[in-house]
Amino acid sequence: MSELLINDISVWFDDRQRGRVLAVDSVSAAISDGEFVCVVGPSGCGKSTLLNVVGGLVHANTGEVLVDGQPITGPGPDRGMVFQSYTLYPWLSVRANIEFGLKLAKLPAAARRRVSNRLIELVRLEGFADTYPKALSGGMRQRVAIARALANNPRVLLMDEPFGALDAQTRALMQELLLDVWSRDGRTVVFVTHDIDEAIFLADRVLIMSHRPGRIRLELPVPLPRPRGYALLATSEFGELKRQVLDVIHEESVLALEHTAAGTPAGD
Amino acid sequence: MAQTRATPARFSAYLAPKEAIPGRVAAGLAVAGVVVFVGAWSVLTYGGRVSDYFLPSPSAVLAEWGRLIADGGFFEDVWASTRRIVLGFAISAALAVPLGIVMGSFRFFQSLLEPLIGAVRYMPASAFIPLLIIWLGIGDAQKVGVVFIGVFFPLTLLIADVSAGVPKELVNIAYTLGASRWQVFSRVLLPASLPGVVDNLRITMGWAWTYLIVAELVGAQNGIGHLILQSQRFLATDRIIASILTIGLLGVLTDGLFRLLSARLFPYVEKLQP
Repeated sequence: MSELLINDISVWFDDRQRGRVLAVDSVSAAISDGEFVCVVGPSGCGKSTLLNVVGGLVHANTGEVLVDGQPITGPGPDRGMVFQSYTLYPWLSVRANIEFGLKLAKLPAAARRRVSNRLIELVRLEGFADTYPKALSGGMRQRVAIARALANNPRVLLMDEPFGALDAQTRALMQELLLDVWSRDGRTVVFVTHDIDEAIFLADRVLIMSHRPGRIRLELPVPLPRPRGYALLATSEFGELKRQVLDVIHEESVLALEHTAAGTPAGD
Repeated sequence: MAQTRATPARFSAYLAPKEAIPGRVAAGLAVAGVVVFVGAWSVLTYGGRVSDYFLPSPSAVLAEWGRLIADGGFFEDVWASTRRIVLGFAISAALAVPLGIVMGSFRFFQSLLEPLIGAVRYMPASAFIPLLIIWLGIGDAQKVGVVFIGVFFPLTLLIADVSAGVPKELVNIAYTLGASRWQVFSRVLLPASLPGVVDNLRITMGWAWTYLIVAELVGAQNGIGHLILQSQRFLATDRIIASILTIGLLGVLTDGLFRLLSARLFPYVEKLQP
């Protein structure tokens, strides 16, 4: 049985100038337990909106999201999120950031500490437990954000371009680290990105979205062996998958551009 | 540092926009600014170009300052002003901080209060002095009232701006971590606003002095403003300047106190405002 069911989700916004704007158009997807799914699409295609619907932060106008068969009604600790922007609480240490959700859940200090110790080790931040976020690099901050989301032991980890603000080298290292974390943690992950390499490198399956209004244009299984390392990017199998994704994305990007030129600007 | 370039080339390097200059040069410039100011003052006064009652010399002002300090009455005035400002400022802050945070965090309260407070803010506190004299007399309550009107309204709006500026993502993340609305307010919006709150308290403290002195000039039995007005009647220009310098000194001390407080309370803040 699928752990996460996205069932016929549509989202629209009422815009003063443009009237009703359809952002996500009848998207359905079934994501199974422990699966790593990447969602790619041209900018403004509604992929972030879709993720926010799953996270409970955006209300869908039609359809529903089911986690373990239960419809979601809002944000909750069963769906951990990581954003592109740095969202650590600056007044809390690395450890206190990771324990934030556990403290809300009124877990005793000793139990919180056990969880944060394990996660600090998992994201390789030993020695930084008492550091404030201001002293951390961008990559380290995102590792804390991942640990903080995992601390609540969520059913799904939802990631919205979490490495989008990092430089190329850090980003590549973070992708490997994320796969390492995921292989040991076994969590279901939905990962939104516009980086095709990133999507194929990480995913069991890539969902490619159309330009606005976002629909799922193509579902592409990624049968590449695991564990995966950076050398994978240079293989012909990887190149072949990338070409397939590029064909669709390029076509959609051109359509999105024409759409924009025709007077319907695409916002992100 | 050890470069031996020609002076003109090096000097022009100090004038490049937004480029850093060596610490020694910066300190030297700070001293130079003061020296030029006091120098011009000295030339005018010791040179006998202006009369004593128009502008007394730096040493005459210092001597008068010394006499004021030696004479016990001065501290009574300083204490009277300090008492009023601390009271007026404390009441303003105690109300403006929670109200501002609530306004910045909840659109409901923003819509309710912002038009009103935004309008009162443009009414000069000094214009309320006659009204406050009718309502409160010319005692401490009236001075505290003027400081309150001058500080409370703009401070509330500044604080509202601080809490409105807390990134929405910090709030959203809290929800996804299981926070209730109240927890989002108490554990995210409140702590996220605090450094900005203290920063704005520091800035508005300067305004408080302005309003207090105006109130004391209009009607008071003591206080630094009263001392300045009395000195003017006796053409004691040196005493007026010494009093103004006293206020400046108190201002700098309070500012340093707030900075120290910020650094101690919020060691995690990336950078404090100047």
